[in-house]
Formats: sequence, C-alpha cells, structure tokens
Amino acid sequence: MNIIDRRLNPGGKSFANRQRFLRRARAQVRKAVREASSSRSIKDAGKGGEVSIPAGGVHEPHLRRSGQGGVRDYVLPGNKKYIEGDSIARPQQGGGQGSKASDSGEGEDEFRFALSDEEYLDLYLEDLELPDLAKRQVSGAKSVQWRQAGYSVSGPPSRISVPRTLRHSMSRRIALKRPKKEEIVALREEIEKLEREGGQFEALVEKRKALEQIILRSKRIPYIDPVDVRFRRLESNPKPIAKAVMFCLMDVSGSMNEHMKDLAKRFYSLLYLFLNRRYEHVDVVFIRHTHEASEVDEQTFFYSRETGGTVVSTALFEMQKIVRERYPVDQWNIYAAQASDGDNTSSDNAVVLAQLRDVILPICQYYAYVEVGMDDEDDHPGAGEPSTNLWRAYRRVSVDAPFAMRKVKHRRDIYPVFRELFARRPDGVAADGA
Amino acid sequence: MTLLAPDNKLLFKGPDWDFDLIRRVHDACGEIAINEMGLDPYPNQIEVITTEQMLDAYASTGMPLFYRHWSFGKEFARNEALYRKGYQGLAYEIVINSNPCLVYIMEENSAMMQTLVIAHAGYGHSHFFKNNYVFKQWTDADGILDYLEFARGLIAKYEDRYGQEEVERVLDAAHALQSHGIHRFPRKRMADLRSEQRREEERRLHGEQLFNDLWRTVPQGKRKPNADDDARRKALLGLPEENLLYFLEKTAPRLAPWQREILRMVRMINQYFYPQRQTKVMNEGCATFVHHRVMNRLHEKGQIDDGAFLEFLHSHTSVVMQPDFDDRRYSGINPYALGFAMCCDIERICTKPTDEDREWMPDIAGNGDAYGTLRNIWANFRDESFVSQYLSPECIRSFGLFNVHDDEEEEDMNVAAIHDERGYRKIRRALSKRYDVAYSDPDIQIVDVDLAGDRKLILSYRVLDGMTLEDSDTDKVLQHVADLWGYDVKLVEADDSGNVRAEHAASPRRPFM
Repeated sequence: MNIIDRRLNPGGKSFANRQRFLRRARAQVRKAVREASSSRSIKDAGKGGEVSIPAGGVHEPHLRRSGQGGVRDYVLPGNKKYIEGDSIARPQQGGGQGSKASDSGEGEDEFRFALSDEEYLDLYLEDLELPDLAKRQVSGAKSVQWRQAGYSVSGPPSRISVPRTLRHSMSRRIALKRPKKEEIVALREEIEKLEREGGQFEALVEKRKALEQIILRSKRIPYIDPVDVRFRRLESNPKPIAKAVMFCLMDVSGSMNEHMKDLAKRFYSLLYLFLNRRYEHVDVVFIRHTHEASEVDEQTFFYSRETGGTVVSTALFEMQKIVRERYPVDQWNIYAAQASDGDNTSSDNAVVLAQLRDVILPICQYYAYVEVGMDDEDDHPGAGEPSTNLWRAYRRVSVDAPFAMRKVKHRRDIYPVFRELFARRPDGVAADGA
Repeated sequence: MTLLAPDNKLLFKGPDWDFDLIRRVHDACGEIAINEMGLDPYPNQIEVITTEQMLDAYASTGMPLFYRHWSFGKEFARNEALYRKGYQGLAYEIVINSNPCLVYIMEENSAMMQTLVIAHAGYGHSHFFKNNYVFKQWTDADGILDYLEFARGLIAKYEDRYGQEEVERVLDAAHALQSHGIHRFPRKRMADLRSEQRREEERRLHGEQLFNDLWRTVPQGKRKPNADDDARRKALLGLPEENLLYFLEKTAPRLAPWQREILRMVRMINQYFYPQRQTKVMNEGCATFVHHRVMNRLHEKGQIDDGAFLEFLHSHTSVVMQPDFDDRRYSGINPYALGFAMCCDIERICTKPTDEDREWMPDIAGNGDAYGTLRNIWANFRDESFVSQYLSPECIRSFGLFNVHDDEEEEDMNVAAIHDERGYRKIRRALSKRYDVAYSDPDIQIVDVDLAGDRKLILSYRVLDGMTLEDSDTDKVLQHVADLWGYDVKLVEADDSGNVRAEHAASPRRPFM
C-alpha cells in the first residue's frame, strides 16, 4: 500500500475548465452580472458573488425518454396503507412520484453559481478602456521583480541546478581520471577468471593490487564533490509600477440634493473600481466646493452639508494646487471626475473654461464631467441638450481634449453612461463631449 | 504520535490521524477483510486530498485527470455553489477502478472516518472492481489512467492545432451521444487501453503516409444498380447499429481523421463507465457490507473504542437511511440501503434461514458459508440479476416495497402489488426491470442510409410501453448527429406494431469537415 499526500499539489485543476465554461456562457453571465450589479450597494459593487443564468444556454442534451406518458411501473418503499388494487390519483405535475423526474439539468430553470471577485469585475468592466492608459509608467520603486541571473556556488538546496552540477562533476571526474564502474567490473571478472583457472599466481596478485588501487582511487575522487555544486542565482530588479490619482470634484451647495449626490457617488465608485484594476496603486482625492473649495475626507465629502454660492473654478484651482504639492505630473496618472447639477455663477464660467483648458486638461489623462439631474425631469439622456450654465461653458472645450461630459438622472443610467464614457474606441480615444 | 501500552490494542484515540496511523488502520482492516472475509482486492494507493481537490475530482467524474471541456467547469461551478452554501456535503472518499486501486480520502476526516473509508473503498469497492464479471469484461483497470493521460494530451494537442472552439464542437456532439456510444455485447475481448492508444496513433500515421491527393481525381465508372442493394448496403455498413458514436466514427463521410479520433476517445472512456451504471446497488452494497463488518470486528477485537464505534454507527446509519416514498427527502431508492440490506439478508439466509427462505432460495438457504456465497454473488451478478434472484420477501417487507402501475390510458394509477404473498414476485420483477440498463436506456438504432440519394441517415427509436422520447433534447441531440453526419438525418419513433408515434428531423447547420 502506498500513501500519497496530494494536499500540496497545485490547486485550481478545474481552472481551465472553468474558463471554458465562462467563455461558453459569456453573454449570459455578462448580462446576469450587469443585472445583479444594479441592485447592489456601492460598497459591494466590485465584489464577486452568486449569479444565476438561464440553464438553457449551458444545457447538455442527451437522448432520454420523456417523464410522462406511456405505461410505467414504479417500485416505492415505505408502504403504510395501500393494498393491492387501490387507486392513487396521478400527481398533477411531474412524471409520477417514483420516477427520477429531477435528474440533473431537467426541471431547473436557472443555473446558479458563484463568481470570484476577479471574474465578476472582469465581466463587469469588460470592453472598457482607460483613455491614454498609463502614459507614464514611472517607478514607484517599491516592488521588485526576481529574475534568473546565471549560476552561483552558494544558495539554498531548492535552487540546485542539477544539469550544471553534473556537468562540473563529469569534467572533474574526467580530469582526475576517476576509474569507471565498467573498469572495476572488468578487472573483477578477470580476477575471477584467473582464480578459476588457477596457476599464473603472479598475474593474479598484480591484478588484485590494481583492483585495490582503482577502488581506492574511486573512493578518493567522489562522484559529486561540493565544488561541483552550482545554484541558480536570482537577481532582484526594481519593477516599475503605474500609479494613478483620481480627483473627485463635487458641488455641495444647497441645490445638490441627496439623489444627485447618490448618483455622483455611484459614478465615483465605478471609476475607482475601474482605475483600481488598471493601476497597482490608486489615490483618491475628494474636493468639494461651494463658493470656495476644500479637500475633505470621503465621509465629509458625501454626507456633510455646506451652504453658499457656487463657484466651480475654486475646485479647479484647488486641484491644481494639490497636484503641484503632492502629485508630480511626471510620476502620476491623473484622472478627474466632476459631478454637479450644472449651476455656476455666470461670471465664473469664463474662468472655469480657461482654467480647465489651459491648466487642468493638459495634466489630466482624462476628465469626465457628469451632470446629475432629478429623476422627474422629462428629457432622457441623449435627447435634448441640458442648458445649464456649466454645460454651456464646457461645450466649448475642444473636441480633441481628453474630456467627456454626460447627463445622468437615474441610478440605472449611471452604468450605461460610464460604459459609454470609457467604451473602447477603435482609435483609442475616449468619448468626447455630447 | 503517542505510544500505546503494549496490551492496548487500540488503533487510535480521538479524531487525529497521521500517515503512520493510516498504515496501521489499513493493515488492521486488511486482516479482517482478507483473512476473515476472504476478499481479494487490488493493492491500494491512498491519496490524501483537500476539499478543493475533492471538488476538482467531482467535476471530472471522479477521475484524477481528464481532458478539458467546459461541461466539467460547469459541474465544478455547480458543486462549488452548492457546497459553499451548505446544501451539499462532500463525499468522504472517491475510489477509482484502477490497478492499484486509487482511494482519495479527505484531510478533514476524523481517524474513525479514515478507517471507515479505507474499509469501504480500499477493500469493499476494490474487491468488487477486481472480481465482478461486468468490470472484468468491460474495463481495463491497468490501463485507464494511462488512457486518460493520453486523452488529455490528445485534446490539448488538437486544441493547439485546430483551435479550442472547433475541438469543443466535436466534444459537445460526442458528449450528447455518449450514452449511445457503448457496445453492449462483447464481440471479442476488448483490446486493453494501452494498445488501443498505440493502435490509434499507428492508424493515423499509416493514413498520413498513404494519403495521396491524386486518388481523389481518378474517374470512377458508373455502377450498375443492384437488385439486393438494400441488403448488401446494410451488411456493408453493419446496420442496424445501436452504437451511434461507433457508426459515426467509422462511416460519417465528411469527418476529418482527428474528429473521428475524438469520437473514438469519448466512446472508449464512456465504455469504461458502463459497468458502474449496471452495478450501483451491488457495488455500494458490497462496500457498505464490508465496512460494516470490518468496523464491527475492529470493535469486537478492541481495536477501536466505544466512542469511535458510536461515531461510526452515526455515519453508517445516515448512509443506509431509506426515506419513505411520501417523505420530503425521498429521491428514489437508496442504492446503499438496498444493497446493504440485501447483503445482510443473504448472510442471514445462509446462516439462519426460515422456512420461507428455504422455499424461496433453496440453493443458498442454510449453506452456512455466508462469505463464500456473497463473494460468489458479487462476482457473477449485476443489479438487475441480483435483485431478480436475491431480493427476498423478508427484504421486501422490511422496506415496505409496493408496486404502482401507471397507465396513461387510465384515469388513476393503481397499486399493482404490495409486500404480501401475491406481490413478492411482481415487485421483484418490477424492481429488477428498473435496474436493467437495456430497458432504462432508450433503444435507438441507426437503421438505414440513403447512399444512392441524398445520403439521409435514418434512425429509429423503439417505443416501449408507450414511452416516447423527450422532445426538445432529442431535437438538440439530433442536430449534433446531423452535424457529424454532414447530411440530413431523421429519427422515427415507432412502437412494436409499426405505429409511428413521432418523427424528428435535422439538417446539418455547420457540418464538420
């Protein structure tokens, strides 16, 4: 009997099959993921979880009889009251009580299974692309990469290079003329032969001496000597990582109500998820503004109220300041997302436009403006132009700039708008203004 | 490991185990199974695995390695979801009919559980695999793992060469037909899988060497139509043929050699599983009887303590529990329960027969050699014959079995037989029929090919007891047949008196070529 411990074998044996399965059911799984995400809270937006898809798409047909009709005999256990000749009403659904009506597959309308976080996000954000992705893959220098770099004479046993070691051992054995095994065997046979034949005493003694010699020699020159041993050497290299910072700009003046803030928050969390997948390190900076702007933490950003007028340019100046202080443009990929109901002090519009065009856009990878509105406004996205102050100002941003703007009124619009903004374009340029 | 006092015969104390303990337990079980019960199992190879690996094994029909296909991924996803939610426990072991017999045991089993599993799988199942005639006739325990390795390599190679999707299409079609890719009647001794693998490679090489495109262009003279063309054609094609995969592999006009090879491979692997379907009750009955006896003897000999024995009884009784038909948990007759009950019953009949037993089973009643009788039965029967020979009235009574007759024509179902003097034989016959694969698998055959005309392939299904085929699945499978065949196919459902009950037809959507 053998006992083998398989526990340490690499897991994920089913991984390749799982990938094939997901590829096969891709369209359905993607749909299920999108539907599932609409009912989720923001915090869970990126978590994996259970989805169910219609069983039809992954059904495996085989030849079998139908569950109903014909003449059937069932044998059932646990009779309590029936006697021969009793009638039993036929159950309404299913092919009689005894039949194996629910063999796997049949009778199931939905196929439920769990997706990992990774798979879930992959499907969720499929086909999306960051505009101007990682233009500056500059080092954060923290992470290192190990790579093979030649051989050394010292190292841990697990890194012994067997071919190298044996090669050295062989050349040493040849150089020092270590007797071969065959030589010893041949000599032994000769001695045996001489012994059997008798006579030739001197020759025998000589041979015996020779044998003793070469055995001694082969002991003195070991098969593998510590000097032969070579280890595969590893060298560490610093690995460049891409870093991104995401600026969330929001108008928090009185005209922004809870609904609008919720929309904005959803948009930000999507963007965060998305950036997180593309960059190893993502910083988030929250800037809120009324008639003046300040950097705040997340809690304050979303939940505290401020009163005051609305001067959008303050937020842009604040952003410029923070970039200058903390995020050198040559090291960070900068993304900005602005949410507002579109109000702005009319006199500020020109300042906003100039600041955006001349300062912010040149340092940004991408700037997205989302105008949030109320649910009950009669127009729907795409149809009819909003005519708020800010919208009109932003429309004058040039088409080539890494800039996009959309109007959102309902929770269900967020994801489509987000997809639209970051949809993969043939020329690699993200959507521009409406 | 704690050292036990020399007079202490206990194999273990408490739930912890190590490899040394497994070895001792294995030997102690073997002492009872081989020396006392006279079993003849394969040598065992015990492999310890984790939950995750158990789920992996589930997905590939219990085998340690398998070729790649999305349906196994689906199986994995399903089991994983059920397991994570706690709807479904995992098996304590998986055993594979190979030589040596592979027994997978889970790392989180307790020491008692490992003992139970080794007795159950390592001795019970292993003895059954090695000695039962269906397994002897149909499977090659020495070669299966090598063949699976070959199959896996083959699929991987074709995926590289022809693309995943193309290979997947062939596999989908082959899987849809796999229940009808079996030779039910042995023609000659099946070649063992190893030489099978060699033959496949040789055949392909030979074909490649002989290939000469010129032959295609040689003009062929017109053939005169022959009077008994019909009979000749059928004889040439070996029709009728119930092994659909075999027929398509050999005769489908447009398949590429590699596609035929995939069909062949699926067929071979499926043939290996064929005996398992025929011996579910006996196989589990044998294994359960063996583990029950071994554990009892270990307890009697003082090798396991009372605590472990109680733990054993707990899991044993839940394995052999048979819910009544009106119970919510009922899902058919539990093969463990029936098999175990019948084996125990046979032992009783051999040693302490009643008058009834003498009347019903005169050949074994009171012969005093329970183990010998059981070994003989385990070797020479399958579920259908086992039930029809050895389901005793005593057993029928204890299960409270009754037979319900359901005729579509009548308004109600009626109770045809219950566990009484008049009903025993009827119940036995009806139950035995349920285990007869020849009856439970629909009888579908390829009957004719229109070689002179449009090459339409004609299949027939023999409608038995008025049971027709499931419509939507049949159409889907037939679509696969049409794709493989490359031309139109038709399936006729007709009963014995020639009435056509239904017809299905399919044209190749995207034929293989």
